[in-house]
Amino acid sequence: MFSRKYFSILVTCALFALMFAVGSYLYTGFFSLQVILNLLIDNAFLLITAVGMTFVIISGGIDLSVGSVIALTTMISATLVQEHGWSPMAVIPLVLLMGAAFGWGMGAIIHYFQIQPFIVTLAGMFLARGLCYVISIDTITIDNAFYTAVAQTKIDLPGGSYVSINVVIALIVVALAVYLAHYTRFGRNVYAIGGSEQSALLMGLPVAQTKIGVYTLSGFCSALAGVVFTFYMLSGYGLHAVGMELDTIAAVVIGGTLLTGGVGYVMGTFFGVLIQGVIQTIISFEGTLSSWWTKIVIGLLLFMFILLQRVLSTRRSMQP
Amino acid sequence: MLNERQPILQMRRIHKHFPGVKALSGVDFRLFPGEVHALMGENGAGKSTLIKVLTGVYSIDEGHVELEGQELIVRSPLEAQAAGISTVYQEVNLCPNLSVAENIFIGREPRRLGRILWKEMNQKAADLLQERLQLHIDVTQPLDTYSVAVQQLVAIARALNISAKVLILDEPTSSLDRNEVEQLFRIMNNLKKEGLSILFVTHFLDQVYEISDRITILRNGEFVGEYMAQELPRIELVAKMIGKDLRLLEELPTLAEGEGSAAKEVMLEASGLGKKGAIEPFDLSIHRGEVVGLAGLLGSGRTEIARLLFAADRPDQGTLLAEGEGVATPRQAITQGIAFCSENRKTEGIIGDLSVRENIILALQATRGWYQTISRKRQEEIADEYIRMLNIHPNDPEQLIKNLSGGNQQKVLLARWLLTEPKLLILDEPTRGIDIGAKAEIQKLVLTLSQKGMSVLFISSELEEVLRVSNRVAVLRDRRKVTEIADKELNQQNVMQAIAGG
Ligand SMILES: Nc1ncnc2c1ncn2[C@@H]1O[C@H](COP(=O)(O)OP(=O)(O)OP(=O)(O)O)[C@@H](O)[C@H]1O
Ligand SMILES: [Mg+2]
Repeated sequence: MFSRKYFSILVTCALFALMFAVGSYLYTGFFSLQVILNLLIDNAFLLITAVGMTFVIISGGIDLSVGSVIALTTMISATLVQEHGWSPMAVIPLVLLMGAAFGWGMGAIIHYFQIQPFIVTLAGMFLARGLCYVISIDTITIDNAFYTAVAQTKIDLPGGSYVSINVVIALIVVALAVYLAHYTRFGRNVYAIGGSEQSALLMGLPVAQTKIGVYTLSGFCSALAGVVFTFYMLSGYGLHAVGMELDTIAAVVIGGTLLTGGVGYVMGTFFGVLIQGVIQTIISFEGTLSSWWTKIVIGLLLFMFILLQRVLSTRRSMQP
Repeated sequence: MLNERQPILQMRRIHKHFPGVKALSGVDFRLFPGEVHALMGENGAGKSTLIKVLTGVYSIDEGHVELEGQELIVRSPLEAQAAGISTVYQEVNLCPNLSVAENIFIGREPRRLGRILWKEMNQKAADLLQERLQLHIDVTQPLDTYSVAVQQLVAIARALNISAKVLILDEPTSSLDRNEVEQLFRIMNNLKKEGLSILFVTHFLDQVYEISDRITILRNGEFVGEYMAQELPRIELVAKMIGKDLRLLEELPTLAEGEGSAAKEVMLEASGLGKKGAIEPFDLSIHRGEVVGLAGLLGSGRTEIARLLFAADRPDQGTLLAEGEGVATPRQAITQGIAFCSENRKTEGIIGDLSVRENIILALQATRGWYQTISRKRQEEIADEYIRMLNIHPNDPEQLIKNLSGGNQQKVLLARWLLTEPKLLILDEPTRGIDIGAKAEIQKLVLTLSQKGMSVLFISSELEEVLRVSNRVAVLRDRRKVTEIADKELNQQNVMQAIAGG
């Protein structure tokens, strides 16, 4: 009984371990702490977005705007800092607030006008991406002292390995999200709405507040991922993070969250992101394969996971 | 003395209109402190709608509500709860993916500094279920691992845990067995003594007279009257509910006597069929044109048998033959002419966003395959026929089924399976939540069909009903088939004894 509840997350963990083992067996230099840490360094922004997306999907919705919000965040940060000379201390809170407000707006439209999240966030995706080009159609490189300092800071760990500040931010987000999901009313209401929105309403749960809250959270996470992405790339550009909404959804689903809502874990998403990272790493170690193979492997994994979930859920309903 | 008391809740001239249906027109309702007030009426009379406008699920078109003398306006169930009205709605409305404990406490979890205290919550939930409802289950498991009856009890536990002035129970007993109902009544009586007012909806007349002080009757969305329970004879209650005499209902065709079942051919035969944890191995054969009843307490394995006979669950041992051929999957069962009308209409039965007509046609269309469509005209004829036969209300085949009252949804589901003209029809609680008029209709239908050669497996928690329609009754106790009773031995006394054991 216990294992069934956590079965998909166990599969995700096992898969990650297996892939890492295979990589270590095939390539020298693969088996090291730094390789794992690099997974986090290179995917910190994906992890942060995916955490927000996990809540959205558990609530039974979807958010397609995340990639565009990241791009818009990099763009706004870059212009304000580079061209208008704002202090990063003002810019960062501002963009975070804008991300949250953007999510809040989409959530309010979804809830009060009863429109499918798919459509609303699709519109949000075009809108945010379009706004990037209103600001500039070119890359804006950042050479602000604060941004470069953050980008270059290495936090040393015992044993000679290191992580970036981005990783620390991402891990804090994951930890907070686990707490939010399991130990707060907001988190439990998200699960309840994903299980049955009608029931949640009749049970007297604050459905409107929670649903809008979920999209606000996702908008906030995307903006934070955008900030982290700015640290990582040191530039703002309208073509940053193109298609990342799909990578994010893939990571969440590989992490065992059901697209139908109601079931999923933040830690599953964490491993889902790591799996994507490991695939990229294996392909770069291989050296001869084109990076498009990442997509192919992720595609196959997605199929596998969706089938697995299907089998599990039918088995569950067959034996009440 | 009674008249001098002020009602705690008063609803005046309530109107509610849905597209095409006048669900409530000018309904009055009063609830006094410390009383149990039964709200009665046929399927579709507007009982659930009255409850839903009171608790803010729907808005009120016209009319006033007063709670403790103050005008009450609620816009959501949350506000109703805050105002002191705690409700168990007709369909079990909980979240299947959450644990039992969460379903009881969500929204009111014990917390420290905003952090949910899971241990304390689980402990409280377990205690609550044990002390109040004598239910010993693992509260950390997801709700959907439990039966409908347990889910119903959990919903009741949730409502009990909200400290309220008014408790509303919309058909809480429809999936409970006798013991559980008694348990519930004991609790209701205690709450009543504590001064709580209870609004109670049921179709079981015995229960109405057992527990309620006052009765309000609705018919077709209109207020018929308010009576003290002691002053309203049963016959009159029924007459007021259906608006005509009861005698019509009593002309049930009686069972054809003397036809030994042994003479007829066997339709379905299970030998040594069993599944660990569900039901111990049993033998059961059903002959052509025979109605076999399954009697036993809730959780005695009735539904489990039905699922095995339909091959919906895989047995560990034993064989299942339909007219001599093996049956291993529901698909094969359907081709062999077996139909299964499940007890779980909300999750397994109706498709809310399709019309009544489409829901009726569904199974027939499925047996034909998707390429041989049934013409629209034929569909309409069929729908009309069944709507008339089962008295489905409103009689508009294009109405979305989710807008029908609970009892009428059940009738549509029944129509769906009857339409496929199965050789064996498995009915699991077919009359749950159905008013007495329609109940008699369904019983009559079962008997007529069996006279035409259809075999029926009839499962119901109402013993009288099982006895009335069955040629033979198989009795279950503790997930074991203990005996079969037929012919002259078949009476309430014997079956009760077998159910109780010893
Ligand atoms: N959301 C809705 N939209 C349209 N019609 C509705 C809706 N809800 C209920 N109705 C209609 O209102 C009428 C009253 O339904 P209601 O559910 O109140 O009946 P009920 O007395 O509770 O019956 P039952 O005993 O079967 O539960 C029915 O004719 C039903 O079809
Ligand atoms: Mg009702």
